[in-house]
Amino acid sequence: MLRIGVFVCHCGNNIAGRVRVEDVAKAAADFPGVLYSTTSMYMCSSEGQGLITDMIKKHNLTKIVVASCSPNLHEKTFRGLAEKNGLNYYSVEIANIREQVSWVHDDIDKATEKAIDIVRMAVAKVSHGRPLKKRSVKVTKRALVIGGGIAGIQAALDLADAGFKVTMVEKEPTIGGKMAMFDKTFPTLDCSMCILTPKMVQTRDHENIELLTFSEVEELDGHVGEFNAKIRKKTRYVDEELCIGCGACEKVCPVKTESTFNQGLVKRKAIYFDFPQAVPKVPRIDNDKCIKCGACAKVCPKKCIRYNQKDEIFKRTFGVVIVATGSEIFDDSAYGEYGYGKIPDVITSLQFERMLVAGGPTDGKVLRPSDGKVPKSVVFIKCVGSRDEKKGYPYCSRVCCMYTAKHVLLLNEHHPGTDIYVFYIDIRSFGKNYEEFVKRVQDETGALYLRGRVSRIFDRDGKLHVFGTDTLTGNQVKVDADMVVLANGLVPAKSTRKIARVLNLSKDTHGWLNELHPKLAPVETATRGVFIAGTCQGPKDIPDAVASGSAAASRAMSILNHSSLELEPTIAHVNQFLCSGCENCFMACPFGAIEMVDYKDPNTKKIRRVAQVIESKCTGCGVCSSVCPVPAIDVSGFSAEDVFVEIEALGKGIRKNDAGIKTNGKKK
Amino acid sequence: MAKRNDDLVIAAILCKWCSYAGADLAGTSRVKYPENVRVIKVPCSGRVSPRFAIKALYEGADGVLISGCHPGDCHYSEGNMRARRRMFTFKTLTEFMGIEEERIQMSWVSASEAAKWKSVVEDVLDTVNRVGRNIIFEDGNE
Repeated sequence: MLRIGVFVCHCGNNIAGRVRVEDVAKAAADFPGVLYSTTSMYMCSSEGQGLITDMIKKHNLTKIVVASCSPNLHEKTFRGLAEKNGLNYYSVEIANIREQVSWVHDDIDKATEKAIDIVRMAVAKVSHGRPLKKRSVKVTKRALVIGGGIAGIQAALDLADAGFKVTMVEKEPTIGGKMAMFDKTFPTLDCSMCILTPKMVQTRDHENIELLTFSEVEELDGHVGEFNAKIRKKTRYVDEELCIGCGACEKVCPVKTESTFNQGLVKRKAIYFDFPQAVPKVPRIDNDKCIKCGACAKVCPKKCIRYNQKDEIFKRTFGVVIVATGSEIFDDSAYGEYGYGKIPDVITSLQFERMLVAGGPTDGKVLRPSDGKVPKSVVFIKCVGSRDEKKGYPYCSRVCCMYTAKHVLLLNEHHPGTDIYVFYIDIRSFGKNYEEFVKRVQDETGALYLRGRVSRIFDRDGKLHVFGTDTLTGNQVKVDADMVVLANGLVPAKSTRKIARVLNLSKDTHGWLNELHPKLAPVETATRGVFIAGTCQGPKDIPDAVASGSAAASRAMSILNHSSLELEPTIAHVNQFLCSGCENCFMACPFGAIEMVDYKDPNTKKIRRVAQVIESKCTGCGVCSSVCPVPAIDVSGFSAEDVFVEIEALGKGIRKNDAGIKTNGKKK
Repeated sequence: MAKRNDDLVIAAILCKWCSYAGADLAGTSRVKYPENVRVIKVPCSGRVSPRFAIKALYEGADGVLISGCHPGDCHYSEGNMRARRRMFTFKTLTEFMGIEEERIQMSWVSASEAAKWKSVVEDVLDTVNRVGRNIIFEDGNE
């Protein structure tokens, strides 16, 4: 027999301020199967949970409906509580009357009415639901880290140091990511490479880390504890095992082509290293540019050039996945008025950064791309692509204010006496010692910080005429500059967008990967066992990226430490007696989780082909169920019947209103 | 625009990853919208069978909204695309049953689009309002 208890939460004033919770509890008492209903100030508090425990015992309740906040917050709490008291974990339904009622509606009558309807639907669903049993899966003790930037490196090292096996997959020929492109880091002015390379080398040499560079994850299926990945290791045309990284090949290569790592500031060869400290120190042949002259093969002392090398495919199983695929800079060509791409001396911040690097394309000298001269006056324009809904993105990219301050300081150091102008909207220096750093830069360099935007840049007579406003004085400003540096905002890397497709991760409006909860689950994703770290989630500076790498590693360890895990039982099941073997579900399943098997019909004693669910692959999306003509296949917890009873309860709410009986007790 | 009938009821069948979370975010962000929606949570919009829509209209809902993740964002790769194809085909058939096609609608609302959820609800209500209360399955009309 059904013995349902309905518990309506006040949530302080959060719900009770807009919904008459007592009326909801009173109305719920009349719903079929409901034995007991009450309210409490905070259902999630120990007092509220105690009340539920007591009432389960006192009234012998078999099912529970909690009308409270979103199930995404406390469903686990209340289901766990029910389980502790001897009920099935799935015998609890949450009626979401806070996020979807009290917080979004102002009319108390209507909000109360809606809350009652929602509770009615939850009661109907819970009364129909059958007890479900959790599935248990083994945990493969190996982690996949996608992306070898600083966040991925940190995550991999943390996991490896804790004794777990890690496979790191990096799409570029070397690990290091964006941090490897930087000269100094704000606000301490640590040399970026000097603090990064030890970590890169550790990653390469760690006994627990398998490093796959110039590789990409092409497919990933499975679930927490057992993700199956297909990784393509693209060919470098160089034997990675034999190569000693002497660089003789690079010297003799006759081809010259644009260096992407150096932001197009210098040429590189067709066989090349991105930078001298590359890890692994193995060159790569750019097959599109190579003229197959054979010069490199001739000089190679180890004979490791392989023109016929093919891509390799690795298949691995992982318990957890950490995505750290990063970001890239905003494409400045959206700002036609700044002339990027047309005026050679208007450059990106990353180009400027490369110029500052001592071992970089200009040996640490800031030089105008047009004539190779040192600029006498330089204008920095901040918020290019950030905080600009018209041409860029509405968000703040968080790093541009600080790296521009660093650029100003370093420019003054490399070329003292340069006239420096900085156009800004606000100066956002939020971190430890950041504000002090900006103050120091302003005091030491004498750079003129102008609050306002630049409207136009003209290239006349070898000078860049920069027109802008100074909104503090209200004056129009014109600066004649030799070079303009655009402080680009950050956007998700193309590889981040790509990996989101491969792993089915959710993105926000701008393409950043979504965390499970912005405050309380910052590195988890909606897919259990998949974590995000670094700037694939949103703009971050290096300390934040490192912190999120460590956080992701620690969350991953909390899974890898278990030998087995319990999984949600909400997956598809086939009623093979009813199945007609049409193969609709077999063809529709996006995960290949359905196989066709022989089945002996108990009535006819004949063997026929029917569908069967491969439990380890099923994710419970229910696509199979919606294409089944019988229907013989359904998803536990979200079966067609489950949805139908909910809809019927919804209908009852409508008819009740039509009969003129307003549920809040007033006559219509 | 004609004044909206306050008694309209929309059955909103939302996928739990995107649209349900988007509706939750509307709550967290205190984005106000009309009370007329009743939400039914499903794992994926691809799980939504046309039977659900028919059932909701049969039970007296004035409109049905099926909402999932944006194309390319489906937690289950392609369930939302199936939903779109299915509902597109299904809507061409509803007229034969005497159901105005305005009553069945689809949208994409991501977990970060609280404001979009509000505008979707308002748009759906306005569209359904044009065809009025659903009396197709009331006694005497069946």
